[in-house]
Amino acid sequence: MKNNPLLQLTRRTFLRDCGVGTGKVALASLLSDAVYASDKKQGSGLAGHVKTHHKQQVKAVIHLFMAGAPSQLELFTEKPLLKELEGQPLPDSILGDQRYAFIQANAGVLGPQFKFARYGENGQEISEALPHLQTIADDICMLRAVHTDQFNHAPGQLFFNTGFGQPGRPSIGSWAMYALGAETQDLPAYVVMNTGSGLSGGAGLYSSGFLPTVNTGIMFRNQGPPILNVETPQGISERGQLDAFDVLKTLNQQQYSKLNDPEIQTRIASFEMAARLQVSAPELMNLTKESQETLDLYGCRPEQASFARACLLARRMVQRGVRYINIFHSGWDAHSNVKGNCSSNCTKTDQASTALVKDLKRLGLLDSTLVVWGGEFGRTPMIEKNPTLGRNNGRDHHPQAYTMWMAGGNMKAGFSMGETDEFGFHPTEDAVHVHDIQATILHQLGLDHERLTYHHAGRDFRLTDVHGKVISKAIA
Amino acid sequence: MKSLLSVALFVFSVVCNLPSQADDISFTRDIRPILSSKCYKCHGPDEDARVTEMRLDTEHGLFETVDAPVTPGNLRKSVLAERILAEDPDIRMPPASSNKVLTDEELQLLTQWIKQGAKYEPHWAFQVPQNIPPQQPRKSSWGTNSIDKYVASRLATAGLQPSATANPNTLIRRLYLDLLGIPPTPEELVDAISLTFNKHGEINRQEYAGLVDQLLERPQYGERWARRWLDLARYADTNGYEKDRDRNMWPYRDWVIHAINSGMTFDQFTIEQIAGDMLPDATTDQRVATGFHRNTMLNEEGGIDPLEFRFYAMTDRVATTGTTWLGLTTGCAQCHTHKYDPITHRQYYELMAFMNNTDEPELDIPDGILDNSYAESLAKATELLQQLPAKYPLKGTELETEFQLWLNQQRQRIRNWIPITPVRMITNLPHLQAEPEHIIFASGDSTKHDIFELEFDVTETEVRAIRLEALPDPRLPNYGPGMTNYEGTIGDFFLTEFELHVDDQPVQMEKAVHSYAKNRYGNQDTSAQLMIDGDIQTGWSVHDGQGQRHVSVIAPAKPVKAGHWKLRMHFGRHFSSSLGKFRLSIATDNKPLSATELPVASERLLLLPDAEQTDEQRNTLLSQFLLQTAELKEQADRILALQTRPRYQRALVMQERPLQNPRPTHRHHRGEFLSPREEVTPQPLNFLHQYPDDLPRNRLGFARWLVSPENPLTSRVVANRQWDAFFGKGIVATLDDFGFQGSPPTHPLLLDHLATQLVANNWSLRWLHKYIVTSATYQQSSRVKTDARAVDPENQLLSYFPRVRLDAEVFRDAVLQSSGLLSLKMYGPPVRPLQPDGIAAAAYGSPKWIPSTGEDRYRRSLYTYTKRTAPFAMFNTFDAPSGEFCTARRNKSNTALQALTVLNDVMFLDIARQFGTEISRSEDSQENKIRMAFVRVLCRPPTEIEKETIQDYFDSLEEQYRAVPEDATILVGIEGSAAIEAAAWTGVVRVLFSTDEAINKN
Repeated sequence: MKNNPLLQLTRRTFLRDCGVGTGKVALASLLSDAVYASDKKQGSGLAGHVKTHHKQQVKAVIHLFMAGAPSQLELFTEKPLLKELEGQPLPDSILGDQRYAFIQANAGVLGPQFKFARYGENGQEISEALPHLQTIADDICMLRAVHTDQFNHAPGQLFFNTGFGQPGRPSIGSWAMYALGAETQDLPAYVVMNTGSGLSGGAGLYSSGFLPTVNTGIMFRNQGPPILNVETPQGISERGQLDAFDVLKTLNQQQYSKLNDPEIQTRIASFEMAARLQVSAPELMNLTKESQETLDLYGCRPEQASFARACLLARRMVQRGVRYINIFHSGWDAHSNVKGNCSSNCTKTDQASTALVKDLKRLGLLDSTLVVWGGEFGRTPMIEKNPTLGRNNGRDHHPQAYTMWMAGGNMKAGFSMGETDEFGFHPTEDAVHVHDIQATILHQLGLDHERLTYHHAGRDFRLTDVHGKVISKAIA
Repeated sequence: MKSLLSVALFVFSVVCNLPSQADDISFTRDIRPILSSKCYKCHGPDEDARVTEMRLDTEHGLFETVDAPVTPGNLRKSVLAERILAEDPDIRMPPASSNKVLTDEELQLLTQWIKQGAKYEPHWAFQVPQNIPPQQPRKSSWGTNSIDKYVASRLATAGLQPSATANPNTLIRRLYLDLLGIPPTPEELVDAISLTFNKHGEINRQEYAGLVDQLLERPQYGERWARRWLDLARYADTNGYEKDRDRNMWPYRDWVIHAINSGMTFDQFTIEQIAGDMLPDATTDQRVATGFHRNTMLNEEGGIDPLEFRFYAMTDRVATTGTTWLGLTTGCAQCHTHKYDPITHRQYYELMAFMNNTDEPELDIPDGILDNSYAESLAKATELLQQLPAKYPLKGTELETEFQLWLNQQRQRIRNWIPITPVRMITNLPHLQAEPEHIIFASGDSTKHDIFELEFDVTETEVRAIRLEALPDPRLPNYGPGMTNYEGTIGDFFLTEFELHVDDQPVQMEKAVHSYAKNRYGNQDTSAQLMIDGDIQTGWSVHDGQGQRHVSVIAPAKPVKAGHWKLRMHFGRHFSSSLGKFRLSIATDNKPLSATELPVASERLLLLPDAEQTDEQRNTLLSQFLLQTAELKEQADRILALQTRPRYQRALVMQERPLQNPRPTHRHHRGEFLSPREEVTPQPLNFLHQYPDDLPRNRLGFARWLVSPENPLTSRVVANRQWDAFFGKGIVATLDDFGFQGSPPTHPLLLDHLATQLVANNWSLRWLHKYIVTSATYQQSSRVKTDARAVDPENQLLSYFPRVRLDAEVFRDAVLQSSGLLSLKMYGPPVRPLQPDGIAAAAYGSPKWIPSTGEDRYRRSLYTYTKRTAPFAMFNTFDAPSGEFCTARRNKSNTALQALTVLNDVMFLDIARQFGTEISRSEDSQENKIRMAFVRVLCRPPTEIEKETIQDYFDSLEEQYRAVPEDATILVGIEGSAAIEAAAWTGVVRVLFSTDEAINKN
């Protein structure tokens, strides 16, 4: 990397510009300014707009978003009563007036489809479908009574990622970016990867909403170069590209001397940053330096886009200072055959999710990295079957109670909080709302969710609206 | 306490050695913004948030209550001062828990204001604007129109001078980009400059104005300004949310372009978009205009509650209307009374009530050409039909016997159907309307489980069959017969149960048959039989049969007797899917059960005995017979194809509900869909202008109220937005907020001048645009004035023209125009330019992006297909909105991803390749070629240094491509030596596109 001419170019021009009076920007902040600052009104300089409100526990967040909603009743919480009462409807007192996406409220219950056992020193309950996760039971913090406001996918995913059920609000990553800015100057500081089919919530899941657009998550593509347009086009040599950057610099400097507008310096810096990205992105994606042992740990085949590769890349990003990483894995929407669905998705994700935690731990990065695993809601104790839709032995959407886990980032390890009733329908103890999780993620980043606000459309907006409590019980 | 206060005041006066602004303090400019941002949350309009009775947002609350917080001129008797200056944190306001702190400067302003007599002013934006002339600065001859006098007056106070006129090339490029959204061609540039500038670089005002007039008449003007309006309208070509399917929205986009180009005045522009359908004899265009509020998103995810998302669409409409016309953040009052502005929670829903009484149908756009070709097809079909008997003479052939057999079969089947009309119709929600010919039409809202209950007094005693006709209608989604308008097959229905009670006794049904049945989902069965199986999850639907009549016939186990019939039909699955138009008939005759029917006309002829048939009637039947024979399949298909009515283009519109079925509006506690409270009626905002008594309290009245000349907000909001379009910043920086929390205007008198003159000039935006671009303020040079930085760092006073980064669409169009590729073809369905792989595929269902071919690939950017969940990559990178919410002002970012896009993106590369190849083929000298490239991209010739830089770069590229000619071929797609020059020029052009100058408006 050191010998890369593109990089040398940028270093060369930096040195050359050291003495140039750019006025607005100091050299040290030149790059981050270029990428992250824009609208002078919204503030510029280094990306962060907020000093941390308290001690920052984590530098990076990796959010493994299980889109489609995994079944907590198959993976984490054994409810033997469901087996006993299989086929019978739940009492009205339990059901309340919850609306359902597909089933009728009086559908019979469906028993658990997997065997459960307890693992680790504290006896964390985990099903046989997650053989890898069992091995890090002592490293993870389980939240077993998570609940949300939404019972449909797109609104549920948007709600989890942006605090609101409709598109248009900033995502957690965007809030973090807006507040804290970037650690790295060589890579986007907020990266999104999607390893399944297309996302229900769409680009709204990592949008900056009403925050300055530079805080939008950058989607890494699974085909071609990961960052859009980060590769020099075919037919243009490296030298040709280098010269282009150089010529642009000259022309833009000319323009600057004519017009004096500091924004032109920002533009010049943005091209320098672009040159660096062209070098650092391929370096990030190059997994040849990873040992076979590491690749095997994740179950990653370097040439193939997969959840495993995304997890390994996430670890590499953390090492390179990326602040916020979303990995979306879709496919958990088990309206039919919940058993087969869980088996297949666990095969795709269990090993790599586990490997990510282990790998971060052995590299000493787990304390400063928060890993979050979970979906937009849970699944009903009741069965979903519908001859017209060809469905059987599935479960519908269940917003009242589901399970997530976190690891690292100063969360309690080998810890479990939250209980649900014997049907797994309602929380009975330590219920945690999605807004609480959002508040906690911000809290671990050193941010107070009640004070991190942005004035828009006549009022101060927050990620958690007027809700949310930090889950202090789960913090070490 | 008193001593504490005096200590505080003493300390304060020592610490803050600021110059006294006593004479200067203005409540509007200095005081209300502080009170609003620091105090109103608890001492403002929101009753529920007020801990005490103290209000600081009204004159009454400040001065006239029993314990009034402010005693003008007396700091010691003013509780407000006492509390804000208190040292004890338990007493000091704002309290620590509010996370709000008053700065020293704010404290000084508040205390000074009280000392000086606490002069109060009502909020400026809620007062009717007045056209007051500016204070004329002494000995200033600068300027061309009144705008300049206002600007010069503010500059003079700050001791600043305006800038000289921009150089001709810069100004003409600026003018073209602003008015048309594209730069001039080299010829236009030369013409414009020689016309409007003399050789000293001075503008000939008359010629300049003439040029402006010309540009305002160009169709590209409407396209440029339509795009800005579409930001507010949150326009997109898809529905949003998970499925994000396509919608028929572009006729609305075309309406906007056309309206602007036709010079429609802004008041009419408003009325047609809010309530065009309610105008007397509303034209198709006026109805298409109501698409403005059909731009809300539609959630098509399986299993959602459709009424919940309709409610969200309504909240979007209230917020968007507030932003677009009133510059008010009405959305803040959805959940509770506005914290800052005087909009109560209830008023929010009263505003909603104006717009809530609508249905949301699709409208056929009549098309004469289509009508004519259909008429021709029909005539052809009739001709073919009539020829059939002659072509296939029966006499003496086998066919004759077959025909007779067929006729007998048909006669055995045909029943004497007796249509029945309900005496009573009840539903859970949809509105059922009896129409002529025993037809029942359903409209209004629909749920995931609708129940239609119809009661009949039947006199026939032995009913052996019931027929349900599902009928198409243009009023229904996709012509029906169903009401399904999201998630499923649009226009389909799903009838799950068909239950009959006679005199309260259930009737057992034995068998049901259908003319057609198909399920969209998987291979699972759907059939009429499943309507009578007692399973609510199964039923009858007619996927792929929309726009056609379908029939099912149901037979009871035993003949049904006369009496009071109660028929209950259940509809729905994981989406709402009721029947939209239908008719019920009964039959008493004893015939085999069949739902197969001939066309209605032929069906009637079957009832005539052979002897009574005319030749023509017999031939009609004969034709029907022939059409169903295996031999004539091809003919039959052809005739059917000719008879099928081609579909009109449809548009999404608003339609006021029928009087019999008004939609009630409720206040929703905490803004939640599931918490409706008391019903509300349409009421205007009481702190604004009067709502005239003769205006109806409906959408149309509301639209007229919005644009009434007394409205203090709309004219200001609109004028301010136009200003922003030219100068990159509004006179009020918060384009979407003219409330207490909005920024105060930098030029209040100018804003009011523009607002009043806009109304005086018949709401003509074209007039306003001309007024602005003919001002000397607009024509200034954009060179940043270093001396102004100290006084006016953000150039609010406009001592030079502010450079603005081009909007995504303008930048792309400019690049296309420079390259000579831009297609000026207007209107029509959206198109797909090139974009990198994998962008579209990130959305749900991984849709493919198939680039348009031919000129459609190079159309103006506002015709680019806009998918909400996967925005067009380049637009997204350059801050274009995704159409998910009303956007009054875009970000203008400046990022590395933009740099990578212009340099490396396939679309830019394709453009550069074609432009570069074109230059390489020119016979001109090298110097002229460079010159030409500069003029086309940047609208000016290069300087000497630039010429050298480019020449060096060209030489270096040429050398490289000579060394590796394959690279040249890869880049430009041609072989041989021609490739080398083309590739080198491509490289040059690519760099010119990337310059800061190309991306900005100087």
